[in-house]
Amino acid sequence: MVWNLDKSAESVKYRKERLDRGIKVRSDSIYSLTSYREALYLILPRALTVVGILVLPLVLDEYWTRVLVITCVIAVLALSWDFIASAGMFSLGQGLFFGIGGYSAGVLNHYLGMPPVVTIPIATGLGGLLSGILLLPVLRLRGVYFAMVTFVLPLIFRALIEATGAFQGLEGLSGLSPLPNLQVAVYVIIGGMFVCFFGFRRLMDSDYGLILKAMLDNDRAVMAGGINIYWYKAQALFLGAAAAAFAGAFMTHYYRFVGISAFALDNSVLPVAAAVVGGPGGFAGALLGAFILVPLCESLRNIGSWRIVFYSFSMVIFVVTVPEGIFHYIARKYHQYEKWVEME
Amino acid sequence: MMGMLVYGTVNSCILVLMAIGFSLTFGISGIANFAYGALYITGAYLAWHFLNSLGLFYPLSIAISVLITGLIGVVIYRGFLFRVRGIPLSEVIVTFGLGTGMLEAYRSIGLTGHGYKLPPFVDGSLELFGVYIDYQRLIIIGLGIVLLLLLWVFTHHTKLGLAFRGMAQEEETALAFGIEPESTAQASFGVGAGLAAVAGVAVLPLSLLNVEDGSNILILVLAVGIVGGLESTFGIITASFIFGFSQIIVSTYLSPLYSPVVTLVSIVLILTLKPSGLFGSSKELEERV
Amino acid sequence: MEAGHILEVNNLGKRFGGVVALHGINFRLAKGEFVGVIGPNGSGKSTLVNLITGFLKPTSGSVVFKGKDITGKMPYVIANRGIARTFQMAKAFDHLPAFKNVIIPLCSRRVKKFKGGQYGERDDIAMDLLEEVGFERDSAVPYKTAAGLPHGYLKRLELARCIALRADLVVLDELFSGMSMSEVATALPIVEKLKTERKTILMVEHRLKELFRLVDRVIVLNFGALIAEGTPAEVMNSDAVKAAYLGSEEESDGSAA
Repeated sequence: MVWNLDKSAESVKYRKERLDRGIKVRSDSIYSLTSYREALYLILPRALTVVGILVLPLVLDEYWTRVLVITCVIAVLALSWDFIASAGMFSLGQGLFFGIGGYSAGVLNHYLGMPPVVTIPIATGLGGLLSGILLLPVLRLRGVYFAMVTFVLPLIFRALIEATGAFQGLEGLSGLSPLPNLQVAVYVIIGGMFVCFFGFRRLMDSDYGLILKAMLDNDRAVMAGGINIYWYKAQALFLGAAAAAFAGAFMTHYYRFVGISAFALDNSVLPVAAAVVGGPGGFAGALLGAFILVPLCESLRNIGSWRIVFYSFSMVIFVVTVPEGIFHYIARKYHQYEKWVEME
Repeated sequence: MMGMLVYGTVNSCILVLMAIGFSLTFGISGIANFAYGALYITGAYLAWHFLNSLGLFYPLSIAISVLITGLIGVVIYRGFLFRVRGIPLSEVIVTFGLGTGMLEAYRSIGLTGHGYKLPPFVDGSLELFGVYIDYQRLIIIGLGIVLLLLLWVFTHHTKLGLAFRGMAQEEETALAFGIEPESTAQASFGVGAGLAAVAGVAVLPLSLLNVEDGSNILILVLAVGIVGGLESTFGIITASFIFGFSQIIVSTYLSPLYSPVVTLVSIVLILTLKPSGLFGSSKELEERV
Repeated sequence: MEAGHILEVNNLGKRFGGVVALHGINFRLAKGEFVGVIGPNGSGKSTLVNLITGFLKPTSGSVVFKGKDITGKMPYVIANRGIARTFQMAKAFDHLPAFKNVIIPLCSRRVKKFKGGQYGERDDIAMDLLEEVGFERDSAVPYKTAAGLPHGYLKRLELARCIALRADLVVLDELFSGMSMSEVATALPIVEKLKTERKTILMVEHRLKELFRLVDRVIVLNFGALIAEGTPAEVMNSDAVKAAYLGSEEESDGSAA
């Protein structure tokens, strides 16, 4: 942005310049921390958030604890979306993974009588596997087409279940085993969320993540370097889908029910909205987006079916106005300061 | 048997009418308009509103609603897509978000069911090969043919139309000739949206106004566009006929519930096997080269 | 299969719809040979490179590498068999620092077998490789994000990635294009070093002066066909070659009329 501050003949033009703050430069490498202040600068935001979330269930009432549960579920879905997006795949169908996970857990529990402690892990792995296999043929497609397929697949499952009446068809499986109590449930999902968050971040920081980032920049060069990009994409898909399947399995036991609503549009749109609003990439944005949107949405009374409208429109507004998302915006402000500089 | 043939043809022509707008937009601007279904419903609802709430003359209602929907299309482009042009995923988010938001908003208002019905353009029916077809359906077929012809003439013989084709085929060269991609894309959105409204207004008299149709239409036009191949008018026709007939056949022999499955599965199959569609030319659909 | 021929290209052809980009390409590369590929613009040189390295599938013919058929295989399979390539349009991994760019090939199956399996060891190998291609080791340059590097550095980064793969056959696609004289002067010794390491090299180039100093043999393409083969002197005296070049844009090495 350039401003003309002086209307006279010799007008001076100014531009915005962004510089890293001194403390960021000094603390960038972990070996150069020289003061507690620098250490705090790095650690405080992260520690506060983690501790804060862990403490929340102890201070909230039941209604808001339930909201927290939903928030964390959406957060897991958003994290899953973000991870898959980091591998260059844009998914409009987290609902697919969520539904497969949910039904796997439901079926294992309903027909085979396995308890949640067993069904949830199995459903997580199964969900990841099945989803990966389903999407394998379309890994090669360009972004839009891949997104279309992910959009369509959950609808196929929904239509199939309705048409064949499998797994009790439209009625769904009900009366499933519950989780011990609300406190346990909330900490299970919070735990799952943090496992995903820190796990995905750790992966992205390693050489595995390096390859994913390189694939985004120039996948031909990655292939010329002897790396099977499709295998890496498949792995990313598996992990991301497994995370979403975990969320689905969890919800099945939380509500003691699973039906075609598991494949509904909600589960595909909400996570994308959260990730987009919070800021795609880096996973922190996905968390932030979920923690902003879900409580906000719940606090608007009688939201009912307007929920999706709210999420969809927020998503559109943010992607157009603040494409980097709230988190990256705040992070940028935290790490950099801006000043007006005279242009030569 | 005759009945199935006739109904299949009718159904296919209906699909052609619906698919033209979507394929036009996608082919020219390169953006898949996920809000197409919402625009379809909007066109129909606006016509209903003008007809019933404001008591306007029926053809006038239709004309205004088509115009307004077309304008909405332009607004979607100018207001939102313009800023994220060139980032394909953001484009998808915008159209998908807007479309979903609009449809869900309509659902929340309660825009569905018995209260909302559009009268057919002409009442009555005639008998063809021993099967009764109502005039409305014939009008739809006629409209479809007329629009296809108009489209063909437009893209092959008018300046703007040739610009459209130039953009679709070779954007850089078109740019070199002074064709502005932004206005062309914007126009394609407006025209596509208007066509969606035309389809909505024409087809909705056949049943009741129903928000579900919005999503179903989107999937159908996606299927037709993808299976047929987006640049090919012939592809649109063929794909419409494939789906038109398969829907009738599946509904009759299996159950109506399986129709969406067939449509959806074919989308996935084509994208897996021949991503450019049956008649399209492959234009960098794969990541590889 | 004849002993000693590391690469056999048999009757290779590629058509795009109605356009024939290449047809009837036949040649052999012996182990350790340095062969150049020249020809006017549009003669199919880059198509040839893409066909050999797997980025395009041939519509006819075959490519045999080290005795095994690699026709139409995926690029990463071919890379793992031992063919490395550079790209004409040097595009680095923009968001990564320069030295991390080089780590990518080190993660391939081919190289993982050698040392450097531990996280972090690859960093050292990457830095060594960068030094080989002329990056100043103790400066900030290797840590700079690749997006900010000038063109000459990007080309050398391509070379570094090539070397990192420890290939047996190196295919260079217009390495010197877009380089200034000083950049070419810096890049030449690196290519010569590859030659002394007894690697087989196939080099597509427009800058004939530099190319002829390096190669043993030259292949000439025109309109998708192989029109001449031989030493640089033989080839430049051939009538067919002269006709090919005189009818099209001349290159900048001053030998044109």
